[in-house]
Amino acid sequence: MIISLSWLDILLAALPLLLLIALLAYMRLGVSRQLLTGVLRTLVQLSLVGAVLTAVFANENPLWTIGFSMVMISAGTYEITRRQTRKFLAGWSVALSLIGLLSAAVLSTGYALMVVLDVDPWWKPQYAIPLLGMILGNTMNGVSLGLNTLTNGVWLQRAVIESRLALGQSAQEAVKDIKRDCLRNALTPIMNSLAVCGVVSLPGMMTGQILAGSDPQVAARYQMMIMYLIGTGCAAGCLVTVSLASHRLFDKRDRLRLDRLALK
Amino acid sequence: MPTKSLIVKNLVYGGFGPVSFGLHAGDCIGIFGESGCGKTRLLRSIADLDPHQGTVSLNDKDSLSMSAPHWRRRVAFLPSESQWWCDRVAGHFALPPEESDFNSLGLKPEMLQAEVSHLSSGEKQRLALLRTLKNSPAVLLLDEITAHLDFERAQLIERKIAELQSQQNLAVVWVSHNLEQLKRVCSKILYMKQGGTIVKKEIIK
Repeated sequence: MIISLSWLDILLAALPLLLLIALLAYMRLGVSRQLLTGVLRTLVQLSLVGAVLTAVFANENPLWTIGFSMVMISAGTYEITRRQTRKFLAGWSVALSLIGLLSAAVLSTGYALMVVLDVDPWWKPQYAIPLLGMILGNTMNGVSLGLNTLTNGVWLQRAVIESRLALGQSAQEAVKDIKRDCLRNALTPIMNSLAVCGVVSLPGMMTGQILAGSDPQVAARYQMMIMYLIGTGCAAGCLVTVSLASHRLFDKRDRLRLDRLALK
Repeated sequence: MPTKSLIVKNLVYGGFGPVSFGLHAGDCIGIFGESGCGKTRLLRSIADLDPHQGTVSLNDKDSLSMSAPHWRRRVAFLPSESQWWCDRVAGHFALPPEESDFNSLGLKPEMLQAEVSHLSSGEKQRLALLRTLKNSPAVLLLDEITAHLDFERAQLIERKIAELQSQQNLAVVWVSHNLEQLKRVCSKILYMKQGGTIVKKEIIK
């Protein structure tokens, strides 16, 4: 028996948080407005997504699935670009973010649908869209962190990088240390999740599945698959974006080209 | 008359120039001018660290005919403030320098094991010179490398450079604010004005 949630239940669930927000506002601690916006965004976005997904699931059509995926990837690209403190000029921030998310989507979601789950047809929206959503959300955070670490690191360490170039190192040798930091930063959240899931925390997807009535062992296996796919998506997306971005920061003569970044 | 080793022809860089001059192997040429006239950018462009127009060649080979890293090992730029990226000095040397190289600059081989942050700016600057010399460059582009050093330390570096000129035929372009120093070490001084053009040449020796 699954307890179905009414809108009143949702209001009840939000009540303690709303009271805390009121308290924070009363104490003038400054975060209340942002928190409240977040609460409202969750309400609006998830309601909309619920309604749209119902429609997409009802019309089993690959164009709908692909169209919806494109909307998700575009939103992720926009979010990564928005979070950059030093953007690449001439649309390169958008291009680099997009290609990272696309490679994560194809490599990880595509692989899961066609090989691991062997869904028939592979684009079946009940599988494709939730999987893509989980993977994109995590990859987006990784790519955004990785790109930020790269551009800020290179900006702050330009003197070191140019010294290394002057000593005859190639561009990629000269940024090797920064690239390593980027990938470590970008992949830390997923490495932490992989290390502690099930011990410190029960992952959200697994919890949801159990609450919705699944056998915990089935839920656990789904969670394992999801974790590995998220790892694949994150690692692939970050690797692609950070590698391409590190090439974009230099020209053919191995010169550091910070003029390709916008000023803060 | 030997042929010129380094030839800079109509170099235009970031709104500066055009600059043209040549340099024989074993020769040292000074560049003097007020701050902001483009001296550092000139050296950086010769080392191909900045985009530029015009040509730079070494022994009749255009800089573009070789890979940028290879060019920069032959035509080595040394900035006014040395940069370090490993904790210890040794991490910056693929092969340790000879003991005599350390001695000639008043340094000790034990310094290889030192932490970079424990060294004085004078020690760092001399170690940076050693590091660059390990690439056996044909031309050194020195950007105010003794600006932060006292007179004695500066002279150690001047003597080492003079020795390399006579023993290894090293060519040197030396940018400095210190006209006295340039008159000591160079055979010719180019005076640069705002905008990066050379307005006067002075033969010293």
